[in-house]
Amino acid sequence: MATTIDVPVPGNLVEPFLRSERIPHIWCPGCGIGTTVNCFARALLNTKKDLRKVAVVSGIGCTGRVAGYVKLDSFHTTHGRAIPFATGLKLSRPDIDVVVYSGDGDLFAIGGNHLIHAARRNINLKVICVNNLIYAMTGGQTGPATPEDAITATAPFGAYEPAFNMPQLVEAAGASYVARWTTYHVKQLERSMTEMLSHDGFSFIEVLSPCPTLYQRRNKMGDGLDAMKFYKEKSKVRHGAPTSEIGLTRDGEIVVGKFVDRQRPDYVELMRRQLREHLGERFINDGVPTCC
Amino acid sequence: MAKGVVTITVERCKGCGFCVEFCPTRVLALSSAFNSKGYHPPHVVAAEKCSGCDLCGMYCPDFAIYGARINGGARGDAHAE
Repeated sequence: MATTIDVPVPGNLVEPFLRSERIPHIWCPGCGIGTTVNCFARALLNTKKDLRKVAVVSGIGCTGRVAGYVKLDSFHTTHGRAIPFATGLKLSRPDIDVVVYSGDGDLFAIGGNHLIHAARRNINLKVICVNNLIYAMTGGQTGPATPEDAITATAPFGAYEPAFNMPQLVEAAGASYVARWTTYHVKQLERSMTEMLSHDGFSFIEVLSPCPTLYQRRNKMGDGLDAMKFYKEKSKVRHGAPTSEIGLTRDGEIVVGKFVDRQRPDYVELMRRQLREHLGERFINDGVPTCC
Repeated sequence: MAKGVVTITVERCKGCGFCVEFCPTRVLALSSAFNSKGYHPPHVVAAEKCSGCDLCGMYCPDFAIYGARINGGARGDAHAE
């Protein structure tokens, strides 16, 4: 229909990762979640992982829909419980890579406690948090990431509560890989996701994404494209920046980059070590019961 | 001679304009035509400039467009469907 030159070309790289019968998706025009899925698909291609050994777990919310659109083993959990489900999955099947793909409200508000404890245990989960600064699916209420003075459905005169600085929180809780990008930085995000997928330990990437329908409309910040231009103009790459200095504000600078990359003993490793010590001969199969 | 080719699935497009804005060689423009949902999909205005970098494919949140290199595309060919 719109192919410009009639030569055989390879298909869209993201296509094998999508449940095509469910596309077009429900995300609004100008929403950036689809862009992060593109980066994720390319990162999976880069790592050449066996796709039968990758699982995506999502919570509730706009970003939670990702689990329903990717053609991988996936589970759409209840609100905030993506990380507990993923933890159980990882403990029972340590051989598979578990990716938690969820939004700011689901991970930091409803599932906030689970998140910090998963980071404390340093369990080997890859968490992708798409931050649209608001509870978008429920109508644009103030969330834990809403910057001060932003107008939302529940804060018509501007939000007055301080917002979470996500990289600082997860670093303090013990995460071993922390990065932040925006949907404008597609190449960097792809590289960061590739790195994360081969990193051992709790890894966290925050991706700032436009929400034209609820956040930008109320704050008179234009549409999705305007948000992308805003990211382009305001973002500054500072790898290794101290996470205490990179909080987000409504109109201020957006510091992006990889902030933390360290090695800590993983939860499964610690558990096996103790079991081996105490059970001795009776410890079999690295603590993982054989099944099937 | 163009080094790449861009393919657009018009019916998936929601007209956000990311591909038009961020195409490094300015191959695309939003068309004045509508798709069946009432959005303006992009169309190719400078096919000969396309380098097949697939940046449009990376930006498109609706999986509606992709670019590919015509000869010996390093990345696309390796993972052809």
